[in-house]
Amino acid sequence: MAVFLTGTVLAVAGCTVPGPNHPAGEIFDPYEDGNRKTHEMNRALDRALVRPAAKGYVAVVPEGIAISVGHFAENLGEPSSAVNHLMQEDGAGVARNLTRFVINVTLGFGGLFDAASDFGIYPDDSDFGETLHVWGAPEGAYVELPVLGPSNERDATGKVVDLFTNPLSYVLPSRERNIGKVAEVAAKVGDRGRYADIVDSILYESADSYAQGRLLYTQNRRHELGMNTEESYIAPEDVNTEGF
Amino acid sequence: MYHFSRRNLIATAGAALTALALPVPAFALNNAQAKGLVDNLVGEINNVIDSGKTEAAMYGDFERIFRKYADLPYIAAYAMGVDARRASGGQKKAFTDAFTGYISRKYGKRFREFIGGRLEVQGVKEVKSFFQVTTIAHLRGEAPFEVDFHVSDRTGKNLFFNMYIEGINMLLTEREEIGAMLDRRKGNIDAMIADLRKAG
Repeated sequence: MAVFLTGTVLAVAGCTVPGPNHPAGEIFDPYEDGNRKTHEMNRALDRALVRPAAKGYVAVVPEGIAISVGHFAENLGEPSSAVNHLMQEDGAGVARNLTRFVINVTLGFGGLFDAASDFGIYPDDSDFGETLHVWGAPEGAYVELPVLGPSNERDATGKVVDLFTNPLSYVLPSRERNIGKVAEVAAKVGDRGRYADIVDSILYESADSYAQGRLLYTQNRRHELGMNTEESYIAPEDVNTEGF
Repeated sequence: MYHFSRRNLIATAGAALTALALPVPAFALNNAQAKGLVDNLVGEINNVIDSGKTEAAMYGDFERIFRKYADLPYIAAYAMGVDARRASGGQKKAFTDAFTGYISRKYGKRFREFIGGRLEVQGVKEVKSFFQVTTIAHLRGEAPFEVDFHVSDRTGKNLFFNMYIEGINMLLTEREEIGAMLDRRKGNIDAMIADLRKAG
């Protein structure tokens, strides 16, 4: 049964599994050539469109409002996180998402303010990529997605499934649903603007922005999913420092 | 959540000192020292952030902080990786020097974004042969996130040799970057060092 389940999860996640000679923990990137082409496309898109739009957005929109747009979009994602936590049998996660949603809709004026965090109830986002991880799916091969950027096979599958995991999209009338979508895009553009320096430094100043993006995404994602074990920490005696 | 305070540190250090008369495990004192190091480090970073100095002046301050608290020869050696085997003594020294300026500028820029925010030391834990000191960064309009410092007394002094920002490991990230800089120069170490002096 377990074998069958794991097989199903693997099939659902569409993951490529590295061969036995692949060093554990190292990023598996068999599609590097294609990924690099997508990366160049993403960079061109950012330079021509996203970056200027983001700079314009933060120049025109006051910071407080940009932050509120971010909170609003994030709050609409809470029910989706709750559904995923439910599928992961994480009761505390479900409770946190629902509590945050209710507090922010009411005390946070429809979600424009993160009132829940003021009470110490901090965000705990989840997504279907994480659900697949909890179910036992490996991350699969690294992929850089058009427009969306760094990901892996498991998380990319998760993104597709998450188009359907938000209960709000079934209960809200289409006009309200569209407001959510617009807020989400605006929040992403706002983030690109607020963190312009750090994103620019990765995309345009690093010697190999593809490799940096791949490493940063994978490390951060593994951290989010609690996959960074103490065993993986680098020890002080791992390197010969003679002469430095 | 456990909040670190100076009084706590003094109490811990005091207890450890009293216990010195007994055969006490060595880490009792080191624990407090590792935490003390990061507490001082975080205090200095917070002071620079709050100083309202110009960008250039801040980078100077961050470089001074790095030189005081970081195990720079270790970080530089790790970043150079296997290429260090073919580097001369002079190249290694020049690399460490250039690399110090580079990470001070690069990470100084990131710390500058903490303006209006703060780092809070949470706790310390012994891992493998070193100490992991956990801090939480509170930034405006953002969920708090974890910044960890790995501290070792490899050199006889407590210094941090790695830093994790939300799981992103400075040593691995810089090894990747230095490797890419070397590739761009077709493996020429001197050319890479010259590039490094302008980077970050």
